[in-house]
Order: sequence, then C-alpha cells, then structure tokens
Amino acid sequence: MRPTAKLALLGMLCAVLVTACGSNEPQTRGGPPTLRLLTEAQYRNIIRDTFGSQVVVAGRFDPIVRIEGLLAVGAGRATVTPSGVERYIALARSVAEQVVAPGNRELLIPCAPAAPQAHDPQCAELFLRSAGRYLMRRALTDEELASYQRIAAAAAAANSDFHAGLSYALQAMLASPDFLFVAENVVDGPDGTPRLDGYSRATRLSLFLWNSGPDEALLAAAERGELDDARGIRGQVEWMMESTRLEAGVRAFFTDMLALDDFQTLEKDTNLYPAFSLAVANDAREQVLRTLTDLLLVRDGDYRDIFTTRNTFMTGSLGLVYRVPAASPSAGWVPFEFAEGDPRAGIQTQLSFVALHSHPGKSSPTLRGKAIRELLLCQRVPDPPGSVNFDLFNDPNAPGKTARDRLIRHSTDPSCSGCHKLMDPIGLALENFDGAGQQRLYENGELIDTSGEINGMAFTDSAGLGDALRDDPAAPACLVRRVYTYAAGRPIQRSERQLLNHFEDEFAGEGYRLRELIREVATSDALYAVSQPRLRTAQLGPEEVSP
Amino acid sequence: MSVLIKKPFTRRDLLRGSIGGSAIAVSLPFLDCFLSESGEALASGASLPVRFGTWFWSMGHTPGHAVGERTDRIEFLEECKALIPYVEHINYFGHFNSPLDGRPNHVHHTGWVTTRTATAPVLPGEIPAPTLDVMVSDAIGSNTRFRSIDMSCTGNPRDSFTARDTHTRNAGEVSPRALYARLFGNGFADPTKENRAPDPDLMLQQSVLSGIREQRQRFERRIGAADRARLDEYFTSIRQLETQLALQQKEVPVTAACRMPKSPDETPVGLEINVAQGNHEAMARLLVMALACNQTRVFNMAFNNALSSLRRPGTAYTHHTLTHEEAVDQKFGYQPEAFWFNCRVMEALASFIGTFQSVKEGNGTLLDNTLIFAHAETSYAKVHAVDNIPVMTIGRAGGRIKTGKHIAGHGDPVSRVGLTAMQVMGLPIETWGTGSLQTSKTITEILV
Repeated sequence: MRPTAKLALLGMLCAVLVTACGSNEPQTRGGPPTLRLLTEAQYRNIIRDTFGSQVVVAGRFDPIVRIEGLLAVGAGRATVTPSGVERYIALARSVAEQVVAPGNRELLIPCAPAAPQAHDPQCAELFLRSAGRYLMRRALTDEELASYQRIAAAAAAANSDFHAGLSYALQAMLASPDFLFVAENVVDGPDGTPRLDGYSRATRLSLFLWNSGPDEALLAAAERGELDDARGIRGQVEWMMESTRLEAGVRAFFTDMLALDDFQTLEKDTNLYPAFSLAVANDAREQVLRTLTDLLLVRDGDYRDIFTTRNTFMTGSLGLVYRVPAASPSAGWVPFEFAEGDPRAGIQTQLSFVALHSHPGKSSPTLRGKAIRELLLCQRVPDPPGSVNFDLFNDPNAPGKTARDRLIRHSTDPSCSGCHKLMDPIGLALENFDGAGQQRLYENGELIDTSGEINGMAFTDSAGLGDALRDDPAAPACLVRRVYTYAAGRPIQRSERQLLNHFEDEFAGEGYRLRELIREVATSDALYAVSQPRLRTAQLGPEEVSP
Repeated sequence: MSVLIKKPFTRRDLLRGSIGGSAIAVSLPFLDCFLSESGEALASGASLPVRFGTWFWSMGHTPGHAVGERTDRIEFLEECKALIPYVEHINYFGHFNSPLDGRPNHVHHTGWVTTRTATAPVLPGEIPAPTLDVMVSDAIGSNTRFRSIDMSCTGNPRDSFTARDTHTRNAGEVSPRALYARLFGNGFADPTKENRAPDPDLMLQQSVLSGIREQRQRFERRIGAADRARLDEYFTSIRQLETQLALQQKEVPVTAACRMPKSPDETPVGLEINVAQGNHEAMARLLVMALACNQTRVFNMAFNNALSSLRRPGTAYTHHTLTHEEAVDQKFGYQPEAFWFNCRVMEALASFIGTFQSVKEGNGTLLDNTLIFAHAETSYAKVHAVDNIPVMTIGRAGGRIKTGKHIAGHGDPVSRVGLTAMQVMGLPIETWGTGSLQTSKTITEILV
C-alpha cells in the first residue's frame, strides 16, 4: 500500500474512532457568518480552476487592510470602492472575452449553438449553469439563470454572435456580488440551532485548505448533505488534505501570516545593494515558501523547527546575495543546506525576512524585532508615542558606527525604552545581515555585536535567537491562533479562548505537526458554528435550488 | 470593443435608435457650439466647472525655514521658495490645531486624519469618518465619467489618503501609463473629434451593470445590517458606473484646452525621489487633461507616504528616518538632509500648481477654476507635532475665494479649513467634525 493511501486509511479510521468516542473539543457558540471579499489570490485561483491557466487575470486589485494580522480577516470587513468596481468590471470583461475566444470556447463551452450567429438558450444554459456553479460556489437559481440568459440573448442579438452573448452574461456573473463576496448562509439545524449550510461549509473548507473555491466533488458532497455532520466533514477533509492543492493552501496561509504581499512594494537601493534585484526579491519570497512547505508538508516536521532549520532551496540569483555556491541559473531551484555554525538558521535569517523588514538603504533591528513579535509570536508592539524626544540624536559626537550604538540612545529615554526594549534586543541578533539580507561582520568598520535577549533568554547570535524562538511557547500558540482565524475568516471570539487552548494542546500532542493542526481545525465543530440565527432569506442551500 | 463582437455598429444603426430591439440614447458628434466663442463658459450658458482636489505630503515643514510668521501676506522662506511664483494663488493657514481630546497621537496618521475628517482616530490606522474629498465627490462627482481620480507617487497604491472609512480606502494609481489607460484608453470618447463613432458596446455594458444591480435586493436579504452597509458602497459604485456609461453616450461639455494626450512611456515606480517626482509630473499632466476634458471633477494626489520613505540614490537614510536621526546642524539650525527633502517636496507642489496654470480656460487658467487642498500630516516631523500642521488652499475655485492670504488660526481647530473648503465647493454643510474638532466657523476672510 502506498504511504499516502495508508495515511488516508489511518485518517478515516481515526475519524471513525473520534466520532465514536466523542471529541474533547470545548463547545463554542461560534461567531457571526462572514461576508468576505475574495482576496486577489482567491480570485485568481477560482478563475484558474474554473477556466484553466490559459485564461489570464491581468490587472491589479485594491489592497485589503490586515485585521488580526491577516488579510483573510480583513477581507471580512473590506468593501469595494468606485475605482475598485471599475477594475472588477475590466477584469470580468477580460476574463469573459478570453473564455469565449476561439481556441478556448471549444474547451470551455460544453456545447455548440444551433446557429453561431444567434442565441441558443439550451446551450447557453449548459454553460451558465456549469460556470456559475464554480464561480458562485453553489448552484444557480432559476431566477439568476433567467437574468443571465436575458443579458446573453440581448448581446447575441446585437452582435449576431452566440459567443459574444455568453461573454456579456459571464461578465455580469464575474462582477456580481455573489462571485466577488463569499456570503455565508445560515440555516436551522435539526435541533433548531443555527448552522452554516452545506455550500457555506464547503466554501469555508476549500478557502482554508486550497485557497480556492470548492470543486465538483465538494459541491456534490454539500448537495448530498455530507457536510452537515462532523463525520461527513472528516471524510471530506481527509481527501482534501491528500490533494496536491493543499500545498497551495498552505502557501497562501503563510503568505498571509508572514505578510509576504509586502514584497510587491519592496524596494532596495541598488547603489548600495547592487546584487539585489526584482528577480532576487521574487526568489526570496519563493524560497521561504519552499522552505516551509518542504519542512511542514513534505517532511511533516515540527513547526518549531522553522526557527532553526538550515535546509532551504537556492537559485543562482539568490546564491549571489547569499554569497554561497549555487547551481547555475539554468538549474532553477536546488536544495541547499547551510553549514553548522553559519548564522543562517531559521526562516528569520532568510532574505524574505531580513530584507523585507529593513529600510531601502539600511537594516533595521527595530523593524525586524517588531516583525518577530507581531508576525511570529502574535504579540502587539505599541505604536510609538507622539511625544518622543529626538534630541538624543542631536549629539554629533555620540558613537554611531553600528546600529547598536545608535539604538542604545533609545534606552536612555523612558518614552522610547518601553517599546524599543521589546524589539531591539531581538533585531540586533540579526545585524549580521544588512538591509538587503547579505551577511556582514562589520558595520562602518566596527565588529558587529549580535548578542541579545528575548523574554529574559539571552543569546549571542542569530542561531541563538532561533533556538530561543523555537523554545518560546508563544510561537506555536501564535500559529494556532492564526490558523484558526484564517480558517474562520473572522476575529477570535471571547468564547473561543478555551478552544484555542484545546487546539494548542492537540498541536503539542501531535508533535507540532502542521498537518495535524490543519486537520484538527478543519474538522472541529467550532469552525462551522455560527452564533447568529438565520435571516429572513431566500435560501440558496442545496435543498432549495433547482437541480 | 470585445474581440468577439464581429459586426461593428454603424452610425445608421444608432440613429435608428435601437439595437437588438432595445432603445438606446442617440449619440451625436461633439459640436464646437457647446463652447462660447471666448471659451469662458459653455455655450449653454453654464459656467465652467469648479474642480476640487487634494495634494498630500508628509514630514511637514522645517520650523522657521518654510513660512514666515507675518500674516499681512504669505512669506515663503527658503524651504518653500519654489512656491513664491504662485504665492498669489495660494492661501496659507498657520497655527490651526488638532485637539485630540485625550485620544492618542498615532504618529504620522492622526494628523492627516484630523485634517481630512475632523475626527481624531482612536485606533492605529483608523479612519473614523469620510475624508472631505469623498464628501465633495459625493456632491459633485456623479456627473462625470470618474467620481474621482486618485494618484500616489510612491509606487504603492496603499499610499492613499482618501477613504470613506477604514476599510473603504481608495487606492491610488501609481503609474502614469496605467493612469493614461484608465483615463484615455477604452471608454474614452474623444470629445474634440467630430463624427466620432458611437460605441454600441456601451449599451450592452449597461445591461451587464443593471443585471448586477437587480441582484441587490435578493443578495441583501441574505446578509446582516452591518454587511448591507458594506455592500451599499459596492452597489453605489455599480450605479455610478452606469451613470458613467450613460454619460459616454452623450456629448461631454469640455473646455477649449481639452486634447487627447499622448500615452506616456512605461516608467519605473518607487520611492527614489527623482522617480517619484517624474511620475508625479507625468500624472499631473494627464490629470489636467482629464479635468479639461471633463472626465472628473475631483482628484487626490499623494506625493509621498505618511512615513515618507523617499530616498536619494546611494544613501542609507530615508526622508522619515532623517527627520528623527539626523542631528540639527548648529550653523543652519535645521537637519540639512531632511531639509533637502522638504525642499524637493515643495518643488513638486510648485510643479503641480504650474501644470494647472499652464492649461488655459477662458480668460484664466484651470488653476482659477480649481480648489486644491494641500496639507501635511505633521507640522514638525522630528517631534511628531499635530498642531500647526501646514495647510494651503491653492486656486480660486472659479472666483469663489480670495487668495494670497496668510490666515492665522490662533489655535482654532484645523477642521475650520476643511469646512470652509467644502462650503466653497457648494456642500450644504454647517457643522463638521466631532469633539473639539467639531466646528461651524467658516473662514470668512477668504470668501469673495
């Protein structure tokens, strides 16, 4: 039996046992159902999954504001500005035109019209129902279908072209709120308590595990009611986690958690850092995602090892910045291991971290320390007070060759020291990496001192910082919090504190393996609990739409 | 035009008044007779439109080296010397404050929020009320193709200071090329061309939008009140787009200066100051044509980000870090490198004003028919001060205000300037703001 098949079987067995014995998951009231704007990545993934990668999504999206450290939560508060709507309409038009273009239409439209110059309602219905099912993440209602048919018929008549008609109908679908917003539906459960309907459960799962919409199997499972109970959900989660699409989901999660979207505007002074280029920035972003997915998915390793791992992947252009021998550029990505004793140990020493959390022309222990606290430990660093006294910097004779010299001045002023002591002693351990992330021993001719401390634990260098982070219970607790928040798409509720403790215990009990945490969250009752009763609604659940 | 549309519409089709059985508005070519002979007003007798815009910069001024204290006229000092040629078109508002009523000063954030919303934020990043440009565009922006045009010169669309609330922040266009495509690409009907072919695709696009709008009631039944409010912005935007399409089927009254500009070259974007300044100038040139061609009446330009990351090539410190970490030169009495950046920012503002002045409208210029609300987020970046934030109005708003005045606020709330600006733009607003920032005191000294 193949290992993956064994794993699946084991998972199914566990699922049955847990169901039989009952879970020790604390009961929660859940949170309100969410209305989430699709993120840029989700939009792109759904288009790709529905129409194939030959359909290109060319355009930019309005930024979403992070809440609780995640865009996935910010999406639950985001709306669309007038210029944003303009962009969505333009994107919809571009995608729709590609879908019906000769060459693609033969693949994507499941029928040929009776006459190519006229509207064919039967053929149009086949296409609209099929595309609509994946785009809306549910079956279209008859009312919706009729609306799209009207648009298609008018446009086909105006253009004497069946496919032009479909293009306009598809544009309307792609710019509709049902596509752009994930609106969760609440229905009454068998015991009268509110619960998410099957389609909403399917979408929560697929956005969490794949960062895309549900596929045919998941939609069908929702329609059969297989997502209505814990046992059914466990069955679906098992095969979804076996899918190769899980990697895309994990990449999306860490992209969000580590704020890797900031790479879009990362800038370095090429006079100071000539080796740093756009290609290096792109590779740096990819490097950390490869490191994480290799350690946590392929090797099924301990999450805490992300702070100490020396295993990564390298490209020719990255090798120039890391100043390590790497394969030729044509070789692409190759596995790479930093030697014992090398200061590169853990993702916080990779370019994606030290370059991203620096200024364009210099390093920043403060920004790096802040990022470790906020992104990796979920600890909020207070904003700087408005009354900071910068006269400290007015002494031109003060020592200032190294960042440590400069930052030491913060410790002498109480208005600065309160927060800087939370950040600087962490970031100073990474001062062996300059603003572009290149290794260095000296700054302005002065040997760099990389000693520091975090929460009273002292270390002498970046590897020591990695060890301290690995041992910090806040690190796995932070991951648990982020994973659950990301999956639910909403902030943690007060009533969910015990739940988080439960997830943390389970995570520790499973050796801090990410797969187990994902499975635990995805199969938890809490993820599908809603605190709000159903609204007066025209239901769109499987039981209430036309087949 | 969709690549799928095989049969282009003819002018005859449109003049017949129907496509596919649906009635459409008949579009006729632009006629010169829309303008009066002098170009001073539209031939219909309507006066030239008055436009409103904002210009944001961060890091404030260098105290004692930017604007003199005398109030009988504006005295621009060395940091602002680039503005001297335009002094008669500017009003400077000094010593207006941002009382926070015990709320924290979120550095580099609170100052611009109080200036634009007259409400002090409680939380970091919070935008507790619509910015004044949004209120103006709600009032005057619905009869043009674009409700407003928002631009950022940093390369980052997040560097924008126009928002309805924290989560409805208008993203800026960052590249001149992309701005050109939006303004003058698909959907732009050159109003200066006679016999331009009406675009039948517009009507079909309208049917797409009305199809979306029809979904509102059904969709809103499924969501709670808070989410309905969020969706309101989306559906309002859909309706606005429908209006835009309808306007594209009509003749747009334009001024004589309206010309289809050339497409700018692809340029790098980013925080290197010459790059930011180059993109700023290129976007300003496109903007003034968009205004002359009546594509929009409201705009927002952000020259730098709130934590100014502008930099000089080959130097380690950014504009912002210099304001805190550079020592004050005892000889000059200021931080020389930070001062250099401040001067460059004021040069950019001067260039912006000059671009408006270069567009002739009637007996004056586009600048005369515009009100630009320019301001920073702090008065003195070194200490993060939010009192005495520099604010200027530029342009005469179609003759509605006097210019060349230095108005001393004597500690009055900065919201007085924003309130006056909105009233000048015709908003029926008597009181604006919350807490100690609330005001109903117009700055009458500048009113005609």
